[in-house]
Formats: sequence, structure tokens, C-alpha cells
Amino acid sequence: MRPEFASPSSSSSSSADRRLNALVRHLATASMVSQTAVAFSPTSGFHGDSVFSHVVRAPEDPILGVTVAYNKDPSPVGAYRTEEGKPLVLNVVRKAEQMLLNDKSRVKEYLPIVGIAEFNKLSAKLIFGADSPAIRENRVTTVQYLSGTGSLRVGAEFLARHYHQKTIYIPQPTWGNHPKVFTLAGLSVKTYRYYDPTTRGMNFQGLLEDLGSAPSGSIVLLHACAHNPTGVDPTLQQWEQIRQLMRSKALLPFFDSAYQGFASGNLDEDAQSIRMFVADGGECFVAQSYAKNMGLYGECVGALSVVCRAADVASKVESQLKLVIRPMFSNPPIHGASIVVTILKDSNMFNEWTIELKAMADRIISMRKQLFDALRARGTPGDWSHIIKQIGMFTFTGLNSKQVEFMTREYHIYMTSDGRISMAGLSSKTVPHLADAIHDAVTRMS
Amino acid sequence: MASSVFSLASATPSASLSSHDIEKGKLNLRNTSLCFKKEKNNPFMKTKSFGRISMVVASNVSRFEGITMAPPDPILGVSEAFKADNHELKLNLGVGAYRTEELQPYVLDVVKKADKLLLEKGENREYLPIEGLAAFNKVTADLLFGADNPVIKQQRVATVQGLSGTGSLRLAAALIERYFPRGEVLISSPTWGNHKNIFNDAKVPWSEYRYYDPKTVGLDFEGMIADIKAAPEGSFILLHGCAHNPTGIDPTPEQWEIIADVIQEKNHIPFFDIAYQGFASGSLDADAASVRMFVARGMEVIAAQSYSKNLGLYAERIGAINVVCSSPDAAARVKSQLKRIARPMYSNPPVHGARIVANIVGDAALFKEWNAEMEMMAGRIKNVRHKLFDSLSSKDKSGKDWSFVLKQIGMFSFTGLNKAQCDNMTNKWHVYMTKDGRISLAGLSLAKCEYLAGAIIDSYHNVS
Repeated sequence: MRPEFASPSSSSSSSADRRLNALVRHLATASMVSQTAVAFSPTSGFHGDSVFSHVVRAPEDPILGVTVAYNKDPSPVGAYRTEEGKPLVLNVVRKAEQMLLNDKSRVKEYLPIVGIAEFNKLSAKLIFGADSPAIRENRVTTVQYLSGTGSLRVGAEFLARHYHQKTIYIPQPTWGNHPKVFTLAGLSVKTYRYYDPTTRGMNFQGLLEDLGSAPSGSIVLLHACAHNPTGVDPTLQQWEQIRQLMRSKALLPFFDSAYQGFASGNLDEDAQSIRMFVADGGECFVAQSYAKNMGLYGECVGALSVVCRAADVASKVESQLKLVIRPMFSNPPIHGASIVVTILKDSNMFNEWTIELKAMADRIISMRKQLFDALRARGTPGDWSHIIKQIGMFTFTGLNSKQVEFMTREYHIYMTSDGRISMAGLSSKTVPHLADAIHDAVTRMS
Repeated sequence: MASSVFSLASATPSASLSSHDIEKGKLNLRNTSLCFKKEKNNPFMKTKSFGRISMVVASNVSRFEGITMAPPDPILGVSEAFKADNHELKLNLGVGAYRTEELQPYVLDVVKKADKLLLEKGENREYLPIEGLAAFNKVTADLLFGADNPVIKQQRVATVQGLSGTGSLRLAAALIERYFPRGEVLISSPTWGNHKNIFNDAKVPWSEYRYYDPKTVGLDFEGMIADIKAAPEGSFILLHGCAHNPTGIDPTPEQWEIIADVIQEKNHIPFFDIAYQGFASGSLDADAASVRMFVARGMEVIAAQSYSKNLGLYAERIGAINVVCSSPDAAARVKSQLKRIARPMYSNPPVHGARIVANIVGDAALFKEWNAEMEMMAGRIKNVRHKLFDSLSSKDKSGKDWSFVLKQIGMFSFTGLNKAQCDNMTNKWHVYMTKDGRISLAGLSLAKCEYLAGAIIDSYHNVS
């Protein structure tokens, strides 16, 4: 039954007619199989063609998609696991939450666009050091955002709008989500050499060459510590060389700090690279995340700091950051940031936190040692010392995608196809199994 | 002046150049003795020696020197101005956040219970999937469309947890930008101030349809229909599901039917912003009637939800974007693309607010309690409207019709005051409101109605 349509000039028809027509169309649709009737346009929303029919299915996220494929055992996603293979909520976090719950004066009113003021102050102190001249001179603006990603995105959007150089150089390789964060923010992305697969260490010469040939003023993404995915960090001497080179070319540093305290076990040590840059009086961007070091992953807590040359510039920058945030999500979520404040401002809780943090870092370092020893014991061909030289949650094993596929098929070990494994997901019990798998993969597949 | 900065051999990093010296970052280095020879064209460099170590120090010029101070947010800026005011009779009718009769912020009892429950459960804090908490996505779609709705049973709804209303709207805007490159959004005149910002930043073109009629302080229905009809076919029409912000003026059920007719005729796509479900009338189902009617007609619908007001979860940032599609396959594809937009924006949404909502809506007793508290909040606002109307009618002898206060619904009322009159409200009466004439009744107590009525009458009659 073909529907009778009211013509566009039917505005003179009664509302009853219009209602009837609408009803007729509705009934007609129900009995129609998607025909391209004259009256229906391809944009029709009826049970025929969807207006979204041209929307294709997006591929699964290469990192989070691995978790989707596998839901039992320790996840290869960068999330810490205990020796028993379980996620960990820090004791000090539970304590903080109890304190927050007991505080009857707490409300859930909208936070300011830039988040909790105390959180911002404490986060800046944590990363730059309490005695940082940049903080003393009010040259830092720190704003609360949605964990590391959110902070990177907002910083990048700001740069795309207000900075004269729209290119960011990212290390090769880098966290899988980095390129999209920057391109969608409006920056163009180039890479600089970073990892040397033959040594499974740094390609420092390549790094210096590539940064050296970058146009003056370009933005450079730096992993503050515990490089993701390789686990390969510059030495302090190398950091100093990088700093000098960058300052001589006026390259703008954008630090991604997702592992402060989690890499070495020491908060100050893991912030040294950043503090070195700030000490020379120059400007930089820093994205901080509390996902790993406080185990607050899903609470999405982070901060973006912009260190400026002058206090008035910092406050102008802050005002412009607010313009980026308001149409994105208005203001940040309160829960995770409140936990952070509770912990950072109380010296006892802060100490408790550093102890739990060190325990996590130490466990990962011990897993590295165990895996290295296990491979040596099996006589697995190759030099595996990079496993103990690399730092942080991840190890770039050096395994190729065929070997990775093999390990998944034969040993049910899930890891990203670039050969990255999450050390945080290992335990003494599972190390032998992994060592067997690596050994098998290396000897049987090349 | 140009040479003086660099002649300071012991220049400290914090010494700043005068703006006279800096012209878009270019500096005259010709006369300076500290110019680094290799980089003649680089103005951002000077060397400094610390004993054995020669440090390359960054220039004194900020790369961001040229940035201007952004204006304060027009809505959130009101609260800041209010805080700075010390007058004892000051009244904050700016932000749409519910206040008790004592004008205190309100955390729902049922939310306190849920918070306690969550702490006792001690669940982990793992990253949520990009699309958010599954339990939350299920209950939020059920709440909006009705759990028995065929679209849900047929899996034709793509639901993704978003950062409250703003974040959910932004995801939809980004989807429109990507997949409907010539797509335009029509927004009501006026509308919530942040709508334009969201579409601007998402690079989606927008235009306005007539909505508010200042003559009647009511709906310009004919103008609305004409403008929707005149829009290019396949436009996105942004509609407030209930309790229009900022006017408080909603179409009647009959008018909604006609709006749906026109949208269908022109193959437009209805795009609902639902920030007040349950908060407007006190009934969750009643406030969802408009959306459900569109969906019942078989239309594809976009709907952004927020739990900021109805559950008082403002700062938890919890909401959702729903896209009702004509097939489950389209819904799955749309959902995958929404995820693809969210991942480079913030990776995954925050877990806490989602768990609170899931726990409350998923538990029959808590859900019932919530409904009761919501009725109470909506009820308080209705009482305040009545009191304000009574005060205005009794105080004002001019015969002006103030009944629009009663006819409007939800948290806000469009008073019809112009900017000069609003300024008078603030400067003379210390009543803080947005300059478009909007007051938040949620911030008004019965006790203050008389005072407010006096302020409104004075501003209306004595200021132009």
C-alpha cells in the first residue's frame, strides 16, 4: 500500500489531516520492505534505509580491542595486576574514600571549568617539585582534566589554536592513541626516531638528527619516564643533550607523564626529565595522569600544566584553556580528583601512598628479573638484557608479529602485535609459561 | 631598548622583554654581544654560563605572549560574580543547580546511599570500555525510551556513556561532522548558551529556528514550524525534550505532534537534549513523552541525556548519547563510530557517576526512593513558581500578565527582562542572573519570593 503524502503546501490542511497522514505513513512503512519509493528520500528515517546507512563499522581499538578478544586472564592493557593477577585498589585510596564519605559537608556541585583548585596546586607541586621556581613565580597554570588522554587533547587543541607551529613530533614508536589525539585536535603529526630494534634500546643519534632538523618552534612529545611501549628511557646525560638541542631550536616540549613514581618507585626521580627543562626557565606543557600511580584508572584523573615565561601569560593561557573545555565536557569529574587531594595534602597518607607505589614498582622490576632469568635458564637464543634495562609497565620484547600470533595461538598469550607485553600483568606463577612461549616462538618462528 | 635585554650579562630567566621590543617574536639581535653565532635567525636563544657547564637557556619571550585573555563564561561567570558580592540580600539565580529552601546544595539521600554502597562493594577501578559502563548504558536507555520499547528489544539503540549532557552532545556533534558533511543543526532561539560553542568547536554549521516570542513571553509556534520547514532537507533539529533551557517554555503535546509531522515531511533528524527527565514534571515517564512519541513514529532519533539535575550528580559528569537507528546493524556501526570519536578525546569515561546511576536505577527500592526525591525537588520548584506569581500579581498594580511564570516549566524562567533591566537586577538589587533574562528558580526560596518580585517589578517598569 503506497502512502499518500501531504504535499509541502499542505500547511493549510488541518492538523487532523496532518495527523492522519503521519499515521498513514507510519502504517505504510510497517508493511513496506525497503523500497525506494518516490516519496522516500535516502535520508528517510523509516524502517527502510537508515540515515546512518553510510556509517561503516569502525575497527576495534588496537589496544583495548585486545582486551575485548580476551576476558579471562591478565589483560595486556596497561593496568597493574597483583601477584594473584587481580586489579589493585590501593589501601590509601580506600581510606581516602572513607574520609570523603564521612565528610558530611561534601556536595556534588559543578566544579569550576578548570577543576578543583587544590588538586591543581598539589598536582603541580608533585610534578615540578614544591620548591620549583616556576610555581613560586606563578608561571604555571595547572588544570584538571580527564586523565592523560584528556590532558593531551586539550593541550593540543590549545596549541592548534594559539601556537604558531602546528606540527608535533612524536617518538617512533609511541602509545597507539597518541597520533589520533593530536590530529583530531588539529595538529599535524611527524615522527622522530626513538627505538632501535637491533639493540632494543635508544636510537639516540637518530633522535638528535630528527629533532635537529625539525623546524624551529615545532612541538615535541616526550615521555617523561617509562616510555610506552618500549620501556626505553634516555639517561640523564641524554636528557640534558635533548634539552640543549630543543632549547637551541626553540622546540616546545610537551611531556606525557603517565608513570611518575611507578617507573623507578621514586616520585622525584621519575620527574627529573621534566624538572630539568623547567629549571632552565623555559616553557613546556605537561600532561599528568593518576591512572597508574594511584590505580585510579577508571576515575579518569589527570592534569595539564603549562609552564610559561610570565605569570600574566599563564593566566591568559588558562582563560583560553577554559574555552576549549567548556564545549567539550563543561567541567571535570569530582570523584577521582577528590581522592587525589585527600592523599596528597595529608603527609601520613602521602607517605602511605609512596610505600604502596614503591611496592607496585618493585613488583614489576622483580617480574623483569624473573623473566630475564627464566629465558636465560632456558637458553633462549638472543640477548634478553633489554628486559631488565627497560623500565616501567611495558617491555618491547623484540618479538615480531608472526611470533606474537604464534604465542597467542599456541600458548593463549595475548599481547599487542608490536611485541609489547605488560609486565604489570605478570606474576611468579605466569612467568614460566611466558618464558616457555617466548622460547618456543623464537626457536620455531623467525 | 632592543639591545638592553641582551646587554644584561647576568640576565635572570625571569627578566622580561618589553612588548616594544617584541614584534611577533622577532627581535633585533644585531647589536647584542650575546648573540649565539650559529643561530643568527633564531630569536629564542641566548647562552648563559654556570661555571663549567654551559647551559642553553630559553629566551625571555613567551611563545604565548600574544594570547588574549578570554572572556569569562557567561553562565558560570555569574556565580563567580555572586561570590564576590558581600551584600546580605544577594540572591544567586544564575546557574541551574538545585537548592533547598535554605538555599543549600542538595545531595539526594538515595545518592548518599549509593555512594556508601559503592564503598562497601569495593569494586575495582579498572578502565571502563570506551563506550562506558555496560550496566549504566542499559539502564539509561531503558529509562529514556521505556524498558519495553520495541527499539530496545530490537537492539536498535546505540548508547554510549558520555560526560554528562555536554560531553554527550559533543560526541553526537562530532558524529554529524564526520558523517554528514553538509549537515546543519537548527537550534532554538534562544537556547542553552553552550550549544553554539559545542557545534562551533565540532565544526558543525548551525542556524536558529524561532522559538521564544517576547510579546507573549511564550512559544512562537508558527515561526518555529516555518523555520523548520524552510531548513534544507535532512537537517538536524535540536529539541529540548522537556523544560526548555533558558525559557521554561515547552510545546504542548499537540504542538509536539505537529513538530514531528514537519520533521518527518522534511526528512529532518530530531536531535533531543534531555537534561531534565523527571525534574520538570516530577515524573520520569511524563518528561520522556516527547522523545518517545518521535521514536514510536519509527523515526531515527538522537538523544543526549544528563543526570546532573535529576540525580543531583552535577560534578560526577554522567550522561549518555543515544542514537535510535532503523536497524540493529546501523546501531552497531554508529556505536563503533561514537567510540572512535571518544577514544582520542578522553579514552574512556569516568566510572563513579555511572556506577551510582546503575545502582540506583537497577535497585527497585532505591529507584522508588529516587522517584520520591525527584517529585519533591520538582514540587519545590512548582511551589516557588506559585509564590513568585502571587507576589508579582499582588505587588504590581499595572495589570501586567505575570502568568507566564506559572505556564513555564522546569528549573528556569524567562522573565522577559532585557539586558539593561538585568543589570539593574544585579546592580541595584544584588540579584544575579544571566543577561538574557533567565532566572533559575532552583536557586529561589519561598522566603525570597517577595524580594525578587519587588526587584523584577522595579526593573521592568523603571528601567528600559
